[in-house]
Amino acid sequence: MKYLYYPGCSLKSSGKSYEESMLAVFKHLGIELQELNDWNCCGATNYMAINEQSAMSVTSRNLALAEEQGGSGEINLVAPCNACYMGLLKTKTYLENEQGLRDSVLQKLDSIGMKYEGRVKVRHPLDILVNDFGLDKLKMAVKKPLKDLNVVSYYGCQVVRPITAFDDASDPVYMDQIAMTLGATAVDWGMKVRCCGGSMTSTVSDVGLRLNYLLLKEAKRKKADIIITACPLCQFNLECFQDKISRKYGESVNIPVVFFPQLIGMALGLDKKELGLQRMFVQPQYL
Amino acid sequence: MSNNKEEIRIGVYICHCGHNIAGAVDVVGVAEYAAKLPNVVISKDYKYMCSDPGQELIAADIKEYNLNRIVVTSCSPLLHEKTFREATTKAGLNQYFMQMVNIRENVSWVNENFDDATEKSKDLVRAAVQRVAFQRALEKQKVPVNPNVLIVGGGIAGISAALTMANAGKKVYLVEKESTIGGHMAIFDKTFPTLDCAACILTPKMSSVKNHPNITLWTYSEVSNVEGFVGNYKVQVTRKPRYVIEDLCVGCMLCVEKCIFKEGKFPDEFNQGLSKRKPVYVPFPQATPLVAVIDDKTCIHFKTGKCTQTCKTACDRNAIDFDQKPEIKEIEVGTVLLTTGFQAFDAKKVPYYGYGKYPNVFTSLEVERMVNASGPTEGHVLTREGKAPKSVGIIHCVGSRDEKTHKWCSRVCCMYSLKLAHLIKEHTGADVYNFYIDMRTPGKGYEEFYDKLLHEDVHFIRGRVSEVTDWITSPEEEGKLIIRAEDTMIGMVRRIPVDMVVLAVGMEPRDDAQEIRKMFNISCSTEGFFLERHPKLAPVNTFTDGVFIAGACQGPRDIPDSVAQAGAAAAEALVLIDSGHVELEPNTAYIVDEICSGCKSCLNICPYKAITFDLEKNKSSINVALCKGCGTCVAACPSSAIKQNLFEDVEIFSEIKGIFVE
Repeated sequence: MKYLYYPGCSLKSSGKSYEESMLAVFKHLGIELQELNDWNCCGATNYMAINEQSAMSVTSRNLALAEEQGGSGEINLVAPCNACYMGLLKTKTYLENEQGLRDSVLQKLDSIGMKYEGRVKVRHPLDILVNDFGLDKLKMAVKKPLKDLNVVSYYGCQVVRPITAFDDASDPVYMDQIAMTLGATAVDWGMKVRCCGGSMTSTVSDVGLRLNYLLLKEAKRKKADIIITACPLCQFNLECFQDKISRKYGESVNIPVVFFPQLIGMALGLDKKELGLQRMFVQPQYL
Repeated sequence: MSNNKEEIRIGVYICHCGHNIAGAVDVVGVAEYAAKLPNVVISKDYKYMCSDPGQELIAADIKEYNLNRIVVTSCSPLLHEKTFREATTKAGLNQYFMQMVNIRENVSWVNENFDDATEKSKDLVRAAVQRVAFQRALEKQKVPVNPNVLIVGGGIAGISAALTMANAGKKVYLVEKESTIGGHMAIFDKTFPTLDCAACILTPKMSSVKNHPNITLWTYSEVSNVEGFVGNYKVQVTRKPRYVIEDLCVGCMLCVEKCIFKEGKFPDEFNQGLSKRKPVYVPFPQATPLVAVIDDKTCIHFKTGKCTQTCKTACDRNAIDFDQKPEIKEIEVGTVLLTTGFQAFDAKKVPYYGYGKYPNVFTSLEVERMVNASGPTEGHVLTREGKAPKSVGIIHCVGSRDEKTHKWCSRVCCMYSLKLAHLIKEHTGADVYNFYIDMRTPGKGYEEFYDKLLHEDVHFIRGRVSEVTDWITSPEEEGKLIIRAEDTMIGMVRRIPVDMVVLAVGMEPRDDAQEIRKMFNISCSTEGFFLERHPKLAPVNTFTDGVFIAGACQGPRDIPDSVAQAGAAAAEALVLIDSGHVELEPNTAYIVDEICSGCKSCLNICPYKAITFDLEKNKSSINVALCKGCGTCVAACPSSAIKQNLFEDVEIFSEIKGIFVE
């Protein structure tokens, strides 16, 4: 199994442990990732909100690069960050369906000597693990089953919405299934796809912190030992403001928040450092 | 082919249709133009050709000018072809010598330019004048109608139709898939808006069906094959083995009592899985026929062959027969009524309402059983923990009015939700919240019932619920379910903690609707309900003559509407039966034996199964009673051996030529 890999900015900075753990886990499982050469910004939510057409032109350059570097036929491009994933998927979908946008974007690509034929399939690592690799095979690879660990899965907004390319839009279960495959207990909760505040934790912090407080508090009430997530921004919001939130609301909301490949890596018996666990602010004691 | 020796004498009549045509077309000009066309003897315009004087005008001219072809240039043949055919017949001319031209729907209503419209009308008239010269005299064929009727589906619609037909003296075969008739209505506790006990009004009708001398009731049976055509259907019904001999069983329940299972172990379908039944059971006390049934999927005898068969020993009438096999019944009927009903939307398809995840989320049908005195909780509304709820939220439009599930309104949910709100309040005194998008209560006494509920202290919140979770924010909410919904009346998102959630699930086509549709050769509309011939003017007819539909198989509807439709369908069937015969339009295809090479190309393409192969003659043969004149085989025949009345090559080509050549 070989895929092109689009890291995006977060996986090289604040979400470095997401990249480290994913690369380690995929390598261990025999899933080969080849980083896209010369990739650029995914357009993210901010640019898209201000000027969708320009943002998508920027994004589409990545799709064009994937076609240049991925050979003939259909190309699977893996984007682990939820914002990158949705930015690329949305752009690809719009290019397929909106004639006007397609013409304008292709013209811009042409002006820098590039073209896009529509051969790229945008994939998320969750999708790859469950649908391409398979949970049965993952189960066989588990060396240290995560017994007695209560896991809540937090999907955030962009991984299954607004475009649902895998799993369910309002009740996603892939991370829960992975947690169970690893031997952990997947605790069901009603907050799977509720907002993490996005960038509001910095811009309108009262609102942003409250949203994270609600999530953390419910995770604690559900007696979760750990929260797993698939998005660098969600992980950052949930983990990095815990002390501030605890002080603000007068109750402890401390709980480890890790990327799902970090959890997989531990069950596979990989080294903590390989998984970037030393970078976490709230150290998962169990792991 | 026209007889070459016959002199063609055509009369052309241009209708004004008030201003409908005359306002957009120069009708006088078209009439003058037509008068100059070859073979046209007389050409007139008139204000309303369909009026009595208009029709008489044609009849009088036929006699006075010795006309033998008529062209009426007016509206769509769908509206008035019959009128002008009758007018032609009255004057002693074969009705198929009349040709209609539609210059209203096809010209005046859709053209803005007066001159263009006039020119197009002239073209169409010229084409018809050329065509009509080649039309031949045709006769309608009469086929006798078998007076027996098959009714498929024994819910309230099927029961009503069966009794109406049987009371009219017709022999009725009522076929029901389940082991008892009664359908969904038997499940309900009360009916809206009168709060009549559903069983009290339904079970007498069920008994009447069972005891009616004109009704043959086959439950636990399915139609397995249908052949033939209007008035003459040959139907095969498969009676599934219930392993209890129907004629011997008296419904004493001894076998159920003595079953090797001391307690029920399998989900009781009738109680929506809220209670357990044994492998041998009677669905409910008023089941009709009151005959036990053995479920071979759960019965130990069928699973392992190692049962002591205590049920068989217990039956002193020797009614239990483990060797029963499926039985095939062959019947002949003239008409078919499909009353196969609906299925409830599966609430698990909307995971955000938590059905199947949170135990205290129920469907409306489950609550129907709970409020029923003979139901699994003996009439008590209880949470899964066995407690009476202090607060209940009813969520409307689950699987209705929703782009993601079903777009249609299921029509009954608002009213049954009001009914359940009333009953829950009556049984428990709980606070009841109705979450609705719009209240839809059009029906006799329905709005009044809604008004009554408004005064019963039931809460109404206008807005679609976004989710049901167990996400509580204070210790008092422990164990409660949290409903979040936008309250569009106050413009805020509300969060209501409740002990129990009831999902008002909508109505959808049955999973087997497509199978039934194919078997009876009818159509379904896009959403999958059976398609009526005309939504307004032929709501119980289908495009297959002799097959009628009634009740929720045609679309979501309540009991009164289903019963009304059943009556209408029965009346339509009686019309066919009592007229003794059906007249078939002669626009059918026929095979010219001398040309047919027996290649069989036409056999499988006929959508009406009208073509068979005559092995002796080695040629195809068309059953005119089945042929609808669609022309598919005519076009497909590689040797042009198939022709079609009213659409002969010469007729079509002369019409095309008429359009293009002035």
